[in-house]
Amino acid sequence: MAIVAAAAARAAARSVRSMAARSWGVTARAMSTSPEAGEYPGGVTLPFTTDMAFHDPADDDRIPVFRVMDESGMLREGVEGFGEDREDVTNMYTTMLRIHQLDTIFYEAQRQGRISFYMTANGEESIHVGAALGFNNDDPVYAQYREAGLLLMRGFTLQQFADQCCSNEDDGGKGRQMPVHYGSPEHHFYTISSPLTTQLPQAAGTGYAMKMEGKGRCCAVFFGEGAASEGDFHAGMNFASTLEAPVVFFCRNNGYAISTPVKDQYRGDGIASRAAGYGMPSIRVDGADVFAVREATRAARDMAVAESRPVFVEAMAYREGHHSTSDDSTRYRSGDEIAHWRETSNPIGRLRRFMESKGWWDDEREKAANKAERKAVLQALTAAEKKPAPDMSELFSDVYAGEQPWHLAEQEVALRKHMARHPEHYAGEGH
Amino acid sequence: MALRRALARVSGAQSSGRALAAAGARALSSEAAVEVPRLGQVDAIPSGPATRMNLFTAINQGMRAAMQTDDDCILFGEDVAFGGVFRCSMGLREEFGGERVFNTPLCEQGIAGFAIGYAATGRSCIAELQFADYIFPAFDQIVNEAAKFRYRSGGQFDCGGVTFRSPCGAVGHGGLYHSQSPEAYFAHTPGLKVVMPRSPAQAKGLLLSCIRDPNPCLFFEPKALYRASVEDVPDADYEIPIGKAEVVTAGDDVTLVAWGAQVHVMEKAAAMARDKLGVSCEVIDLRSILPWDAETVAASVNKTGRVVIAHEAPKTGGFAAEVASEIQERCFLRLEAPIQRVTGYDTPFPLAFERHYVPDALKVFEAVKAATSF
Ligand SMILES: Cc1ncc(C[n+]2csc(CCOP(=O)(O)OP(=O)(O)O)c2C)c(N)n1
Repeated sequence: MAIVAAAAARAAARSVRSMAARSWGVTARAMSTSPEAGEYPGGVTLPFTTDMAFHDPADDDRIPVFRVMDESGMLREGVEGFGEDREDVTNMYTTMLRIHQLDTIFYEAQRQGRISFYMTANGEESIHVGAALGFNNDDPVYAQYREAGLLLMRGFTLQQFADQCCSNEDDGGKGRQMPVHYGSPEHHFYTISSPLTTQLPQAAGTGYAMKMEGKGRCCAVFFGEGAASEGDFHAGMNFASTLEAPVVFFCRNNGYAISTPVKDQYRGDGIASRAAGYGMPSIRVDGADVFAVREATRAARDMAVAESRPVFVEAMAYREGHHSTSDDSTRYRSGDEIAHWRETSNPIGRLRRFMESKGWWDDEREKAANKAERKAVLQALTAAEKKPAPDMSELFSDVYAGEQPWHLAEQEVALRKHMARHPEHYAGEGH
Repeated sequence: MALRRALARVSGAQSSGRALAAAGARALSSEAAVEVPRLGQVDAIPSGPATRMNLFTAINQGMRAAMQTDDDCILFGEDVAFGGVFRCSMGLREEFGGERVFNTPLCEQGIAGFAIGYAATGRSCIAELQFADYIFPAFDQIVNEAAKFRYRSGGQFDCGGVTFRSPCGAVGHGGLYHSQSPEAYFAHTPGLKVVMPRSPAQAKGLLLSCIRDPNPCLFFEPKALYRASVEDVPDADYEIPIGKAEVVTAGDDVTLVAWGAQVHVMEKAAAMARDKLGVSCEVIDLRSILPWDAETVAASVNKTGRVVIAHEAPKTGGFAAEVASEIQERCFLRLEAPIQRVTGYDTPFPLAFERHYVPDALKVFEAVKAATSF
C-alpha cells in the first residue's frame, strides 16, 4: 500500500494548504506593503521582484500520468495493494467485457438499421469501471454520453440500455431522445443531454446542494477534452471553486473531438493544467489502467467531500472507435494509428494480461465470458425490439408539471382528430 | 432614472454598502416579527394588513416569504450579497445567512447552470440575472437545459424549483444594453413559464407563484417601475396564479392588451380615448406571457370587436404577433377592425431616441383611433 499511504500523506498536506488557501478573499484588510511583499485586494500578499520574468508554461514540466500497471499488465515497481482480490478484479474485467459486447452488438444493430444511432466507449471501458468504483453509488453523476459503463456498474440493466436505444415504451425517457441518452434517478444518474458541457455548471449547483445536505455526497461530472473548450467549462469550474462545492470534474482526454485532434483543441498541458487557475487540486491518470483510475477517483471524491471543494481528474485515453455511428474516423486518422493504440493501450487487453500473469484467466474463460455477455446483450436487444413504441400521449406530457396548459391540450386534441381522419397514414405507429 | 440611481448606489456601496444593507436588514427584521398568514393562490389581491411600498421592496418581501417557508430555497447572482444593484435582495443575507444568499462569479451561463443543478436535486432557488440584456450568455442553459430537463428524462428528473429573475425594459437612459425586453424569445420555448408584473402587489404574488411552481420560471421585472410604482402590498403570503390575465379597467369599445410597464401606458391611452373620443377601452394586463390567457383576451375582444396590443420589444416576432394570431383564430367573425400592434421598432434600442422608440400613450391612442374609425 506504499502508494496509497503516500497519497494519503499528500492529501493531508494539501488539506492544510487548502485551509490557508480558502481564507483568501474572506478578509478585507487594509493594504500594507513591505519592501519584499505587498497586500492586494482579497487579502492576498504578493512578493515583489525586480526580475521582469514572464512565466511560460512551456518551460514547466508536464503533469505526470499516475499509473500503477503498465501496458504489459504488470504492476509498476514499488506498487503494492492493487489487484489483490481475484473476485474483485474478475468483476472489473467481466464488466469491461460486457461494455465491449454491448457496444459491439449495438453498433452492429445500428448498421443493420435496428436502432437509429449509437456511440461506443472502445478504449475507455476502464475509465467507466474504475470511476464507478471510485465514487459512491449515491454520488449524483452527470455524464456526457460515452459513460454507459458507469451506469452499467451501478446496476442499470442490459434491458434498460436496450429499451432506451430502441425508443420503446419501457424507455424511462419515453423514447424522446436519441440512443445513449440514458438517465436513471434510481442510479443517481442525470439524463444525458446532447448540448455539450452544459452539465458542468449544473454539477456545481448539484454539488452545492450536496454540501447543504451534509451527508458526505459528492457530485461527479464527466466530459471530453473537446467539451472542455466550451464556455460552460469555465463557468462550471469557477462556480464550483468559488462556492466550494464538492464536485469531481472528470475529463476523458481521448485525443479527438469527433475529427478534431487535441492540437487543434488547446495549447496548454492538457486539461488538468487549467485546474490550477481555479485553485483546484488536480491529478492526471492513465485511463487505460483501471486500478489507477479507481484509486485516483476515490482519492479525489474523498478530498472533495472532506475539504468541500472541487477536485479535477484528467484521464488520458485513446478513442479507438469512431466518434459515433454517424462518423467514419478513417477519414481523419490512419488505420495504423488506431491499430497502434489498440495494441499498446487497450484497457481490456491490459487487464487481461494482468489476470493471466496471476493465472486467473485464460482463453477458455475469455471465450466463455464473451459468449455469455454476447448472449445476454442479444437477448435484451431482441426483447426491446418487440416492445411497442411509447403511447402518443407522451408527445405532449412532461413539458410542464401540473395541469396541461390550454395551448398544449388544444394541440393534442387537434393531432388526435387529424390521426382519426387519416388512420392509414399512422397505421402501426403509436397507439 | 431608476437605473442611474441604482448604479450610483452600487458605486456608493463600495464605502457604504454594508451600512445600507445593515439598515435595510434592521428595518426588515422588525417587520419579520409579525406573524404572516399564508393564503395560497388568490383570485384578487387579498385585503387585510398591507404596507405601502415600491416594486423592489415588494420583490424583496416575496423572496423573504419564499425563503421563510422553504429552508432549502437559496438566492444568488451577481452582486446579490450586498442587496443587488436594484436593491431587491437587501437584508436577505443578514436574515438567511451567507450559505443561502450569496454572490456568484460574473457569469450568466454559470448562474443559470448552477441554478438548474441545484434545483435538479429537488430544491428551489432564485437566480438573479442582473439585466435581461445580459441573459443571452445563459440562453442555452435556460432554453436547452432548464426548459427540457423534465421532458428529455421522461419525467424522471426536473429542475422545476428554479426561478430566474431579471430586470427588463426601458428605463429612460439605458440604450441598447440596459433596455431590452426579451420575453418573446423565451415564449418560444416549451417547458418555461414567463411572467412580467406591472406593480408591487402583483409582483409579490406572481413571484411567489413562480418560486413555488414546479416548472422553471422566468420573472421579468420592469426596472423603470422598481421605484416609480408604489402601492399597498398585503403583508400576507399570497400567490397570484400564473397564466391568468387581469382585466385592469373594464370597457366596451376597444380591448387594450399589454404587460409590465406598458399596462400603465395603456391606462393613460384609455383615459385619453375616453376624454377625447368618448371611446371606452378595456385594459387587460396579460401578466403571464407563457402560458398566456387567451380566454380572457378573447372574451373581451368578442365583446369589443377591436383590439390593440402593445409591447416595448421590436415588432417582428414580438409576442403581440402571437396574441394577434390567436385572437383572429378565436374572434375572426367578431373583429370589426384589423388588430393593431404598437411596439418598439425593428431596430436595436437607441439611447437618444427612446421617446420615439417606446410605445407611449399617444401612439396607443392613435391605434385606438385607427381601430374605431376603420
Ligand atoms: C454545444 C455542442 N456543440 C457541438 C456538438 C456536436 N458534438 C457532439 S460530440 C462532439 C465532440 C465532443 O468531443 P469530446 O468532448 O472530446 O468527447 P468525446 O466524443 O471524445 O468523448 C461534438 C462537436 C454538441 N453536441 N454540442
